[in-house]
Amino acid sequence: MDAGAFFRHLAETGGINVSVLYDAYDRDRFLHGLWTTTWLSLVAGALSVLIGLAGAAALEARSRMVGAIVRGYVEAFRNTPPLVQLLFFYFAIGGLLPGHAVDGATVPLVSNTGWAIVSFSLFAGAFNVEIFRSGLEAVPAATTEAAEALGYTRVQALRHVGLPLALRVCMPALGNNLVNLVKTTSLAYAIAVPELLYAAAQIWSESMNVRETMTVLLLTYLVLIGLLVWAMERWERALRLPGFSP
Amino acid sequence: MSVFTRRWPLLLAFAVLVTAAAPDVPGTTLAALWRWLPLVLTGFLFNLLVGVLAMALGTLLGLPLGLTQMAASRPVRGGGWVVIQFLRNAPWLVLLFYVMFLLPFEVHVAGVTIPLPAWAKAVVGLALPVSANVAEIVRGGLRSIPVAQWESAESLAFSRPQVLLMVILPQAFRRMLPPWMNLYAILVMATTLISVVGIQDGLTAVRAAVSAEGRPELMMPFYLLLLALFFAYSFPVSRLTRHLERRLRAG
Repeated sequence: MDAGAFFRHLAETGGINVSVLYDAYDRDRFLHGLWTTTWLSLVAGALSVLIGLAGAAALEARSRMVGAIVRGYVEAFRNTPPLVQLLFFYFAIGGLLPGHAVDGATVPLVSNTGWAIVSFSLFAGAFNVEIFRSGLEAVPAATTEAAEALGYTRVQALRHVGLPLALRVCMPALGNNLVNLVKTTSLAYAIAVPELLYAAAQIWSESMNVRETMTVLLLTYLVLIGLLVWAMERWERALRLPGFSP
Repeated sequence: MSVFTRRWPLLLAFAVLVTAAAPDVPGTTLAALWRWLPLVLTGFLFNLLVGVLAMALGTLLGLPLGLTQMAASRPVRGGGWVVIQFLRNAPWLVLLFYVMFLLPFEVHVAGVTIPLPAWAKAVVGLALPVSANVAEIVRGGLRSIPVAQWESAESLAFSRPQVLLMVILPQAFRRMLPPWMNLYAILVMATTLISVVGIQDGLTAVRAAVSAEGRPELMMPFYLLLLALFFAYSFPVSRLTRHLERRLRAG
C-alpha cells in the first residue's frame, strides 16, 4: 500500500483526515502556497537586505538630513504593527493608484502580492538598517582609518573594508530577522495572497479537517525555518575570517 | 529625559501627514476622524489590555520553561528545548489560529464550567510564542552570569535551587529586563493579529469606520491614525529599552 492510499484509508476508517497527503487538489493548493511563501520570503528578504545596506551606508554619510530621514523611516516601521502597515499599503496607498484595464476588468497597478513584498521588505529592512549600523559600529575605527591611510576614499573604505567586516559581525542578528520575515509573510493572509496559511485555511474550511491541516501547516513552517537557520549557519561559517572574531 | 522630548517632532510629522492626506476636504476628514476617535481609541485600549494580559501569562509560563534549560536532568532540558524551539519558530498568526480553533469554548474542571470567550483564547494564543521568547531571555540571562558565581555559592553550601533563586536570578534579572521590554513591544504590535481571527480591536474599529463612512479617501487618514497611536505608545517604550541597554553596557 503506498503512502497516498494509506492516508486515504486513515481518513476513511481512522477519522484522521490529512487530505494534503492523498488528495491531489488539496496537495497542489498546499504546494502552491508553500511556493508562494518561499518566493515571497526570498524576494522580500533580498530587498530588505538591500534596504538595510543602503540605510546603514546613508547613516555613514554624516549628512544630518539624510540621517534624520533614515532614522525616521527606521523608527516608523519598527514601532508600528506590520499588519497595519500591510493594510495601509494595500488599501490606503493601493486605493490611490490608478488601475489599468485588462480584458474589460480593472486590474490594480500593484497586485496584493506586490504590496505584500513592498510592505514586508520595508518592515524587515528597517530592522536590517539597525543591524548593519550596529555591525559597522563594531568594526574598529583603526581598521577603516588604516584603509583611508592607504588611499581608499570613504566610500571605498566602507564598501571594501567596513561593510564586509560588519556583515560578519551581524550575521546572527540578520539570521534572526530573516527568520522573523518568513514568519511575517503569514500576515499576507489578511489581503488574500495565496501563501501557506491562506492555502491551508482554504483546505481546512473545504475538507473540514482543521486539526490535521493546521498540524501539517505548523510542521511545514518549522521545516521551512529550520532550513533557513541551517543555511544561515552554513553561510556564517563560510564567511568566517581566520583571526577576526568580533 | 531629553531622549523622549527630542523625538516628538516625529510624532508631529505623523499628525501633519494625517491632516495633509486629504487636502481638498481637511474639515470633513478631521470631522470624520473626530467622530470615530472614541471607537478607535477603545479598540486600541483593548489591544493594549490583551498585550498586558498575554505578556503576564507568557512570562508566567516562560519563566519555568527557561529554567528547564538550567536543569541537571537531560530529559527535562531536552523536552524544554523542543517546546521552546517549536513555539519560537512557528508564526504568531498560525499559533493564534491553532489556539482559536482547537481550544473549546468552555472547559469543565472538577464539575465547574469555565467559559473561554474568544478574547481569552486570543490571550492564550499570543502568550504561547511570548512564553518561548521569555524562556530564551531567561536562559540567556542566566548564562550571562559567570560560572564562578555558581561555584562560590555552592562552596558556601547553597543547594542548586537556592543558588538559582538567591544568587543567580537576582543578578540575571537586570540583564533580562531590556530584551523582555523589547519582546513586550513586539507583542503590542502582534495584538492586531486578533482582528484577523474575528476579535474586535483597534484595527477592526478602523476598518468598520472606513466602510461605514464609505469614502475611500478616508482610508489614508484612518490607517495613519491607528499607526500613530501604536507609534505613540511603542516609541517611548523602545527609547526606554535602549536607554536601559546602554546603561547596562556602561556597567
